[in-house]
Amino acid sequence: MNDNIKIIGDSLHVVLPDSQHSVSFDSHALKSEAEQAISSGHIRSIKYALAEGAHWNSQTLATIKGISELADNKNIPSDLSSMPVGVSKILGLTKSTVIDDAEASAKEPSDLFFFLGDMAVAAYDQAKELGNFILLSLSSFKRFFSGKAQYQRSDLMTFIQTTGPEALVIVTVVNLLLGVILAFMGAAQLKLFGAEIFVADLVALGHTREIAPMMTAIILAGRTGAAYAAQLGTMQVNEEIDALKTFGFSPMDFLVLPRMLALAVMMPLLVLYGDAVGIFGGFLIGTLMLDLGAIEYITQTQNAIGLTDVMLGVFKGSVFGVLVAITGCKEGIMSGRSASAVGDAATKAVVSGIVAIIVATAIFAVLASALGI
Amino acid sequence: MMLDDNTAIGIKNLTMAYGDFIIQRGLDFEINKGEIFIIMGDSGSGKSTLLKHMIGLMRPKEGQIIYQAGDFWAGSEEDRKMASQRFGVLYQSGALWSSMTLAQNIRLPLVTYTNYSESDIRDIIDLKLSLVGLAGFEDFYPSEISGGMKKRAGLARAMALDPEILFFDEPGAGLDPISSARLDDLIIELRDGLGATIVIVTHELDSIFAIGDRGVFVDADVKTQTALGRISELRESPPSPKVAEFLSRSSK
Repeated sequence: MNDNIKIIGDSLHVVLPDSQHSVSFDSHALKSEAEQAISSGHIRSIKYALAEGAHWNSQTLATIKGISELADNKNIPSDLSSMPVGVSKILGLTKSTVIDDAEASAKEPSDLFFFLGDMAVAAYDQAKELGNFILLSLSSFKRFFSGKAQYQRSDLMTFIQTTGPEALVIVTVVNLLLGVILAFMGAAQLKLFGAEIFVADLVALGHTREIAPMMTAIILAGRTGAAYAAQLGTMQVNEEIDALKTFGFSPMDFLVLPRMLALAVMMPLLVLYGDAVGIFGGFLIGTLMLDLGAIEYITQTQNAIGLTDVMLGVFKGSVFGVLVAITGCKEGIMSGRSASAVGDAATKAVVSGIVAIIVATAIFAVLASALGI
Repeated sequence: MMLDDNTAIGIKNLTMAYGDFIIQRGLDFEINKGEIFIIMGDSGSGKSTLLKHMIGLMRPKEGQIIYQAGDFWAGSEEDRKMASQRFGVLYQSGALWSSMTLAQNIRLPLVTYTNYSESDIRDIIDLKLSLVGLAGFEDFYPSEISGGMKKRAGLARAMALDPEILFFDEPGAGLDPISSARLDDLIIELRDGLGATIVIVTHELDSIFAIGDRGVFVDADVKTQTALGRISELRESPPSPKVAEFLSRSSK
C-alpha cells in the first residue's frame, strides 16, 4: 500500500505529494488505490491533505477532482479543510459549471444507421441547395440580359483580368507539357508501326477535344474557384453580404454574377489558347525528337482536326467554366461565419469543382460518340 | 395593420426560430419615433437575431414586424427593398465592402437610389465622412484603417440615404471606453440633429444608461420579453430579479 493513502477508522486519508512544473507524482496509482478503498465500502469520509512542504498545481487539483467525483457518486463527503484555501476555492468553481443533462444527452449516439441517415439527409439538403443556387443564378442572368442586374462593371473587369490574363502563365506551362507528354506517349506506340507522323493527329485531336478543356478547367477550379469561395466566405464572416442585402442589393447580382460572367467569358478563350500551346508542345517533340519535318507536321495537324473538334473543346470549356463558377460561388455564399468554415468552403469548391468537371467530361464523351461528333 | 403617427416600428407577437428551435416567442412592443430604443438581454437570448428579423435578414416564424410603410414581411421582396432604403444598419464589425474605398462604400447606395449629380454625391460623401470624424480618409480601403474607424465609416455609410431609422448592432463591441463613449455621444447628436429613430442592440450598461430612452429585455431562459419600458424606470423598479441583476451588474 502506498504511503499516501491511509485508512483510519472509516475515514480515507489522501496525502497529495509535491507537484510543480518540473516535478510530478504518479497520480494514476494514487487514484486507483483510492478507488479500491472507496469501492471496498467501509469508507464514510475522505480527508485530503498536502504532504509536508509540498506545492500544489493543476495535477493536484485534477487528482482530487477525480477521486471526489467517485466519492460523490457514493455520497461520501470530501473534507478539504487541511488543504490550502486556494484548492477548495478552485474546486468549488468546477462544480458550478455542470452541463445540463438534457443538453449532454442530446448528442446523438454514433450508430451506423444514424450515420447513414445523417449522410442521406445531408446529401438531400446539398442537392436542394445546389438546385436553389442554380435557379437563383439563372434569374440573375435573366436580369443581366434584360439590363436590370445591379453590379459593378469595374468588378467584372477585375475578375476578367484575374481569371484570364493572370492565369496565362500557368495555363501555358500545363498545356505545353501536356502536349509534350501526349506526343511522347503516342510516339512510343506509333514507332512500333513506323507511323510517327500520326503523333500529330494524336496530339491535335486529343488535346483540342479532351485535354485542353479539362486541364484548363481544373487549373481554374484550383485557382479561381477556390479564390471565389474564399472571397465570398470572408465577406459572409465580415457581414458584408448582410450589408448588401439591407441596402437592397442582391448578392447574387452583385457578387456572383460578375464572377460567373468572368469565368464563362474567359474559359473558352483560355481553352483556345491552350489548344495552340498544346499542339506547339507536340510540334516541338515531333520535329526535334522524332525527326518529322515542320511543314509535314503542320499539314498533318491541319488534316487531322476540323472546326468541329476545336468547337467541341471550346464548348466543353465554357460548360466547365460555368461549373467551376457555380461550385466556387455556391460554397462561398453559403459558407458559415468562421475561419474554418471559409477554409471548408474553399476546399469544397475545389473538390466538387474537379469532380463536376470529370463527370461532365465523361458525359460529353458518351454524347459525342453517340452523336458521332 | 397600420401604425399611428408617433410609432416607428411595431413588433406584434413575434416568434423567432432557427428551424424548429425557438429562440424567442411572444415578443410584442412598439418603438416610438425619435427615441433611442435599446434591445438588451443576456448572451444567447437572441437580441441580435431580433435585429436580423427587423432589418430583413431573417423571416419571422410567426408574428409581424410593422413599419410606417406596412407589414415588413407580408409584401414582396421588392417592397422590402423599398422599405430597407428607409433605414440604415451599423453592423458589429462595420461590414464595409472590402473591395471598395470608404468613399465608394458610401457612394454605392447614393448612385443606386438617388438622382443626385456627380458633384452633389461627392459633397455628400465628404459630409458623411466628416460627420463621423473621417474627413480625408475617402480613398482608404477598409483594411487600411483601425477597428474603431471601420465602425465610424460603417455609420457614415448607414447614414448615406438619410434614413429614418438607424439600427446599431453592439456599437461598443471591440472599442476602447473612450471611443465607445464618443460613439454614444455621436448617436445622441444624430438623433437630436436628424430626428432619426435609433434602435440599439447592446448589453453594455454604460451605454444603456447614458443614451437609452426606452428598452426591452429579452430573456434567454424563459424565451420571451420580461421587461419593457423607460430605462430609468426599469432601473428603479425592475420587473424581475433577472432584470434587476442585469441592470445592476450583480448576482443576487
